[in-house]
Amino acid sequence: MVSYEKLKTARKNGRPTGAAYVKEIFELPLELHGDRRFGDDLAIMGGVGFIDKRPVTFIAMEKGTDLQSRMARNFGCPKPEGYRKALRLMKQAEKFHRPVICFVDTLGAYPGADAEERGQGQAIAENIMEMMGLRTPVVSVVIGEGGSGGALALASANKVFILENAVYSVISPEGCASILWKESNPENVAKAADCLHITADDMQAFGVAEDVIPENFENFPVMCRAMKAQLSAALDELCGLSEEELLAQRYRRFRKFGNFEEKNRRS
Amino acid sequence: MGLFNDVLQKVSGSAKITCKKCGHEDTEYNLVKNFYICPNCGFYYRLGARDRIRLTVDKKSFHELCTGLTSKNFLEFPGYQEKLDKARSTTKEEEAVVCGTAEIDGNACAVFVMDSKFMMASMGSVVGEKITRLFEYATENGLPVIGFTASGGARMQEGIISLMQMAKVSGAVKNHSNAGLLYVTVLTDPTTGGVTASFAMQGDIILAEPRALVGFAGRRVVEQTTKSQLPDNFQSAEFLLEHGFVDAIVQRSELRDTLSELLIIHKRSV
Repeated sequence: MVSYEKLKTARKNGRPTGAAYVKEIFELPLELHGDRRFGDDLAIMGGVGFIDKRPVTFIAMEKGTDLQSRMARNFGCPKPEGYRKALRLMKQAEKFHRPVICFVDTLGAYPGADAEERGQGQAIAENIMEMMGLRTPVVSVVIGEGGSGGALALASANKVFILENAVYSVISPEGCASILWKESNPENVAKAADCLHITADDMQAFGVAEDVIPENFENFPVMCRAMKAQLSAALDELCGLSEEELLAQRYRRFRKFGNFEEKNRRS
Repeated sequence: MGLFNDVLQKVSGSAKITCKKCGHEDTEYNLVKNFYICPNCGFYYRLGARDRIRLTVDKKSFHELCTGLTSKNFLEFPGYQEKLDKARSTTKEEEAVVCGTAEIDGNACAVFVMDSKFMMASMGSVVGEKITRLFEYATENGLPVIGFTASGGARMQEGIISLMQMAKVSGAVKNHSNAGLLYVTVLTDPTTGGVTASFAMQGDIILAEPRALVGFAGRRVVEQTTKSQLPDNFQSAEFLLEHGFVDAIVQRSELRDTLSELLIIHKRSV
């Protein structure tokens, strides 16, 4: 039941969304629009700014804060052009040797006919592959929902942090419940959420997140100051690595995931 | 038909198979001879990994790699162990992908083939690990990779660890690509979800079998989201070709020759 409570908390209206973190954490944030291919997806915002005077690129999923902005932001469900905008900004960051900071908050990549037509799968695949080879540090923070491949497309990073009530999952508990038990009533969804292990503590235990960030929404600026210090420290560490070490660290980080039996291993 | 001689010898001439699409009844012998395509309506039967390898690579050239890895139910996910046991006993495979090296018309390559008969070839730790190891092996040995994809997506019974396989494999694909080596994917029916959103779409060349279903989100979810009737060919190989996401649709009977040509054309001249 703990997982289900977390899931509801992670989705709660009034919880700070991506843009709020951008505004609070970066000095002089300047938003940059468009994927130069098709359009500008408002479910993902990105741009440049400073963090403790260090130039950085930020990329944030944004769900919107009222009905109108939620509709404009497609409820934070990115389309291929959103992922392509993110990749464009990451490549730009690589060119100018700026670290990238991503904020992840999505139920999942948008499952609409237009998104499929424009290659949702291809867009996510390209982001993940290019992020695995990006020659600049990447740090991602899951601030609400980390919904499957649509979240991983901004989280194939050197370090991943997750807020204490955020969740990260391979499939939405609703989707899981309807596949397994045909019906996604609250009881089944709660059961699925438990089975899937989606909480921040689970992520830290699996090594999927390096650290869990405490929430303090009553005093959001204070919370963000602490988060900024943590991000800044992570960048200090990662910027001290050579490009080769940085790539090797990211590769090792993901290479270790897997739990299986192995017989007759040859060296 | 030399390719199939060893299969044909094992197939009894009288066993009948009914086409799922048109109901046409034919002998297994005729079906195998016709590349597992219904002689009446052209329906493509889904192939198991071993049949695919037999159809594609030179006889006796396949050497299997990355064996001995089996999945375990580390999250104690309800029903997972039973599904694994059933898949193992019906397919006689350890997991949903078979990896190895082979030759096609004498051209060396590394090959992976996903088997939709094993838990709809969903990707858990073992599938991710085997494909990652194959790419690492291919990078070390300077081999091109040919991958036949089929999958229901990430294996939810392994939770977030199955999602992480997408990044793990993608990292190995990236290193292989940076080494200047060729990766060809052949999208077969059905390729969906996390596999479409990772290594299926990362090939230098992306081929597809006719009418194969390829997409990210499931058709029903898309229908509910879009609240409109989708075209009949939605998420078919032909639909992807039309929208610019595959290089070519290749008939099963031509696939071997196409792959052989691609391998030759990408051989380094120096």
